[in-house]
Amino acid sequence: MSDWRYRVAEHRSTLLAALVFVAMFAIYVGNHSAGFSANVVQTAANKGVLLAFLAIAQTFVVLTSGIDLSVGAMFILTNCLASWIVVGSAAMTALGVAGVLLAGLVCGAVNGAIVIFGRLQPIVATIASGAVYFGIALALRPNPGGDVSSDLADMLTGQLWGGIPASLVVLFAVILAIWLPFRRSSLGRAVYAVGSSEVAAYMSGVATRRAKFAAYTLSGLFAAMGGLMLTFFTYSGEASSANAATYTLNSIAAVVLGGVSLFGGTGSAVGAIFGALIFRTINDLLFVFDLDPLWQPLFLGIVLLISVCIGSVRLLRIRNRLDLFG
Amino acid sequence: MSQDQAKPAPFRLAPVLRSIDPAIATAFACIVALLLVGSLYSSNFLSADYLLQQIQVGSFLAMAATGMMIVVLLGQIDLSVPWVMTVGAMMSTAAAGWGPVGSWCAIPIGILCGMLFGLVNGIGVAYLRVPSMIFTLGTNAVAQGLMIMRTGGAAPQDMATAAMRTLATGRVVADIPNALWIWMLIGVSTVFLLRRTTFGRSVYAIGNSERAAYLSGSRTRRITVLAFVMSGALSAFGGVLLAGYSTKAYQGMGDPYLLPAIAAVVLGGTSILGGRGTYLGTVAGVILITLLQSILSIMQIDESIRQIVYGLTIILMLLLYGRSAILRT
Repeated sequence: MSDWRYRVAEHRSTLLAALVFVAMFAIYVGNHSAGFSANVVQTAANKGVLLAFLAIAQTFVVLTSGIDLSVGAMFILTNCLASWIVVGSAAMTALGVAGVLLAGLVCGAVNGAIVIFGRLQPIVATIASGAVYFGIALALRPNPGGDVSSDLADMLTGQLWGGIPASLVVLFAVILAIWLPFRRSSLGRAVYAVGSSEVAAYMSGVATRRAKFAAYTLSGLFAAMGGLMLTFFTYSGEASSANAATYTLNSIAAVVLGGVSLFGGTGSAVGAIFGALIFRTINDLLFVFDLDPLWQPLFLGIVLLISVCIGSVRLLRIRNRLDLFG
Repeated sequence: MSQDQAKPAPFRLAPVLRSIDPAIATAFACIVALLLVGSLYSSNFLSADYLLQQIQVGSFLAMAATGMMIVVLLGQIDLSVPWVMTVGAMMSTAAAGWGPVGSWCAIPIGILCGMLFGLVNGIGVAYLRVPSMIFTLGTNAVAQGLMIMRTGGAAPQDMATAAMRTLATGRVVADIPNALWIWMLIGVSTVFLLRRTTFGRSVYAIGNSERAAYLSGSRTRRITVLAFVMSGALSAFGGVLLAGYSTKAYQGMGDPYLLPAIAAVVLGGTSILGGRGTYLGTVAGVILITLLQSILSIMQIDESIRQIVYGLTIILMLLLYGRSAILRT
């Protein structure tokens, strides 16, 4: 039974990202003045989970070898929407949450429709649709403000029994409920197939359009989950174009750090989550080591550059130079 | 048969029409449509002075878009445009603080710094084979970090020199903005470079298939590096002009230029996958984006509506002619 070897090889990049994260987080906690306490973990988790949702959203599209530059805008749009409708009684709140998730689904589906039926390149199509989504967000919230059901917000951003951060549990539940079934379904396999080679997938009778459509739609759904979580953390909505741009770019960085190939077809949402957590922990590490805040952006950039260059080690193993251009 | 050759070839419309790129034709048609829409909103929209002013503003975008186009033709993308522009602006204004020698070489220093970032981009993409989308994102972050470090603690000299101001806002020859002359100069050189030199032909070849280009003896990696260096230089030069226009350099001044630069290149009919596209198209794309932004700003509407219309218009124009082929092979 040497099945495990195959499995380890399949998930190598995800495992690597997880290891790197654990090591970095251990250094962080070890140097934190409060040590390994529930509060430290909760704060770290809450910050990480936001980016993790966006990283998963980005993963779906990147797996099809596309790119979604509107995740940040969808994230902000759903944040602004949630600050209007996730209020009131329990039933109203539940309805509001469903409404926000639906809005995300619709945004994602529109992206998918433009890319598939409009046959536009994802990078430009999502730039343009992102502008539209951001405009809607701005119309919803010209000024920062709004409200959110604070009971639900406190529950999802607080701690459960034993100091487990609730936001991590939400993330875990979503992975169990959506990602794993998706990965094992024929639809999920189709997404991977499209990313590996769209022509080959098409020739083998894979429903390529349906797979891409599902990927974009799920991307919208996860961006909406991120937007909901942002609303729960800030108790308000804000149409900030800087946030939209930063989160879009960070989601790409997180996906790459998590071992998802930008060429499509390899990687997993779990890897992307660890990528997001790594990205967040780099920030936190700079904080505990008391680095001059002015140095932080530079350091973050350099770490990002170096970590994407690590993959270039594979070039040393290439025997035929033609493989470089594959 | 010899009789046929003696006769002058009859003028046929079809080959002429076929030689016009439908994408560029549609782009110019969209420009005309935008001009008509603009003239409905403001009577002096069609005045030469107003249009020249728009083109002057558009020429900063044109610098970034020219660099972006060369990189896109390779099948890559340069996401470091915003902060390389800022680097160009900030370093040239900083050089201006070194006294007379500094203000004399302010512009070359700004461009040189942009070229350095382009060089790093090129090495990462061509030799380390990192996808350009993520590598240039990284250099963008590094450029941002460097500039924040520089301006955060102290307040360095950030005023543009007289030369930069003249280049960006002056009208020395024939009452045409200097910025437009510069754009024409850069445009003609780019067209020459792309159509008449080995470098240009290799750029198209690499965009179509780097493998094939390599096998035909093209030094693909060196050319990729060169293309990124040019993109860095042009972005930085755009930043220098922008600093001259707004009389000073400031953080985040390049941020509003990344997405319009990509949009301008693609609206001009250049394939984002590389290997296909003309500079004329990019010119059309830049004019389109500039006019669209100017119409949206003279319309008395909310910023939110402006964003929505901006996005929808780009999608609509792309749907007119930017569609890729159906997968059937």
